[in-house]
Amino acid sequence: MNLLLAQVQIRERTQDTCVSDNGFCPGWIADNFDRYVHPFFQHVVLTVVAVAIGFAIAFTLALLAYRHRWLINPVTQVTGVLYTVPSIAAFFLLLPITGRGFVTATIALVAYVLLIIFRNVLTGLDNVPDETKDAGRGMGLTDRQLLWRVEVPLAMPEIMAGLRIAVTTTVGLATLAFFAGAGGLGEQIFADITFKSNVVVAGGLAVALAAALDGAILLTQRAITPWTRAAAAR
Amino acid sequence: MNISDSAHTTGPSSRPSAATLEFRGATKRYPGQTDPAVEGLSLTVPAGEICVLVGPSGCGKTTAMRMVNRMIDITEGDILLDGQSVRERHPAELRRDIGYAIQQVGLFPHLSVADNIATVPRLLGWDRARIRARVDQLLELVSLDPNETRARYPAQLSGGQRQRVGVARALAVDPPLMLMDEPFGAIDPINRERLQNEFLRLQREIRKTVVFVTHDIDEAIKMGDRIAVLQKGGKLAQYAPPAELLMQPANPFVEDFVGADRALKRLALQRVRDVDLWTAPLVRVGDPAAQVRGKLDNSEVPYALLVDDDLHPLGWLSERALAGDRISDELRSRANPVLETDDILRDALSRLLAEEAQYGPVVDERGAVTGVLSIEILSHALKADPEQVPSGADAL
Repeated sequence: MNLLLAQVQIRERTQDTCVSDNGFCPGWIADNFDRYVHPFFQHVVLTVVAVAIGFAIAFTLALLAYRHRWLINPVTQVTGVLYTVPSIAAFFLLLPITGRGFVTATIALVAYVLLIIFRNVLTGLDNVPDETKDAGRGMGLTDRQLLWRVEVPLAMPEIMAGLRIAVTTTVGLATLAFFAGAGGLGEQIFADITFKSNVVVAGGLAVALAAALDGAILLTQRAITPWTRAAAAR
Repeated sequence: MNISDSAHTTGPSSRPSAATLEFRGATKRYPGQTDPAVEGLSLTVPAGEICVLVGPSGCGKTTAMRMVNRMIDITEGDILLDGQSVRERHPAELRRDIGYAIQQVGLFPHLSVADNIATVPRLLGWDRARIRARVDQLLELVSLDPNETRARYPAQLSGGQRQRVGVARALAVDPPLMLMDEPFGAIDPINRERLQNEFLRLQREIRKTVVFVTHDIDEAIKMGDRIAVLQKGGKLAQYAPPAELLMQPANPFVEDFVGADRALKRLALQRVRDVDLWTAPLVRVGDPAAQVRGKLDNSEVPYALLVDDDLHPLGWLSERALAGDRISDELRSRANPVLETDDILRDALSRLLAEEAQYGPVVDERGAVTGVLSIEILSHALKADPEQVPSGADAL
């Protein structure tokens, strides 16, 4: 019901044939661009908050599982189930518990990225060469020093790769967040999915956001892992 | 205990430069295995000496080494460092006092050469200026140019350079003991030889106590002041200086392990300058022959050696050259091979055999004859007191 209403609301009856033909209308876009600003920032917040929380949880779980190997299977299974539950289903499953809104959407998005980040962090840590760890321990690094000074820095390329996947998929999934009543660019897209101008602007903003966040992480990764390029340049 | 405490506050200069290491019945037993990995190992490494642990794979040599810095815990017995049990010390703190170099080097790929070397100094809280100075000093010590190397990442170095940085890192806080597990094992033969020589030269300066693990008996003989041969089950088969190990192997296992060419290996430990040479009458053309004939009667070498005015050897004189009043230049043979005082005995023997010669004139760096080496001297050299035969850094 709401959806249909929204569809009616997005554009007024107009004389413009481009708009009434559902075409791609630069003039209309220029006039109506401000209606996308708020959903865009909702989308940014949804994505960043979900990935940040997901990272905090998954990273902690990965560190625990790295030291206590028996944790790997249960964590993989649980996060794997969360990963396979379709997001829309998750939104509706959560509705009776957390109601409509930002919290529900965020929980579903967090649940989705856990497996991706957990697996990448763990792979990164597991790929640290044995001889590097042996040398570190042999020189007198404690387990904690070894973890933070050697293992985590060396796992950074994989960790950052996981973050990139998590961010780009979350931008995509967050377009469904309006089902949970959390707004975002998806609300705009589905508000009038037949109107090309609308879909191009809202969809384009989502793609641009994914690309921008992905690029930002990539730049961060290059800044904090200069040694990986030193190896390639040789 | 006081030694290590003071080392943490005032740094390496206050620390003894080398420690005495004693294995006292050290045993390692892994749960679920009937045979111990190392069984009742007892030996003492005097301060400043290189002890090589050698043996076939699975003999427990690496396990024995790793028990010293508690990378592997001792099941029974004890290991004492300057009289103090390593079991009484906190593992991480103990390890910071012991240099550690392994075959795969294990440099930290994400840190520059300088930061790799600075690892333990930072753990011990050295200030920046001191660390920087120490890094440059160590790089020079291992024959690397500090300006060129300091900022590089390990991936930008050659295998040999990485190995050198590994040794520099192990030496960072001037530890009284170094553990080296096949440190040159992954290097090609030519560079390995160079690194071995470099390390021995370095050791001649720094005189650390070193425990060096290898499976290569030739490397053991070259590097070791003392060699501990381990056999399967982690039992010590023999612990002796290289010369003794080669000439008096304690049992058939050691004899087999050192190889059938052990006499030749033994000769490789000494140089021509280390043995007493024989003398031969040195004569010039035109010398009075009667006088030379008189000298020959008392000479160890039964031939007279013709030399020029600078004492360069020309050849062995024939009977006829001595027959007249004055010496003529009739030779029975040329003076080949001409040996040098720095030649190792094994190579000298090889050259004598190649020339089918019994005697070879030995010349100094200017080419002047200082004596004669004979096959007989070589066979006597094998009987020298093993303790007198130079080993490790002294044999270089």
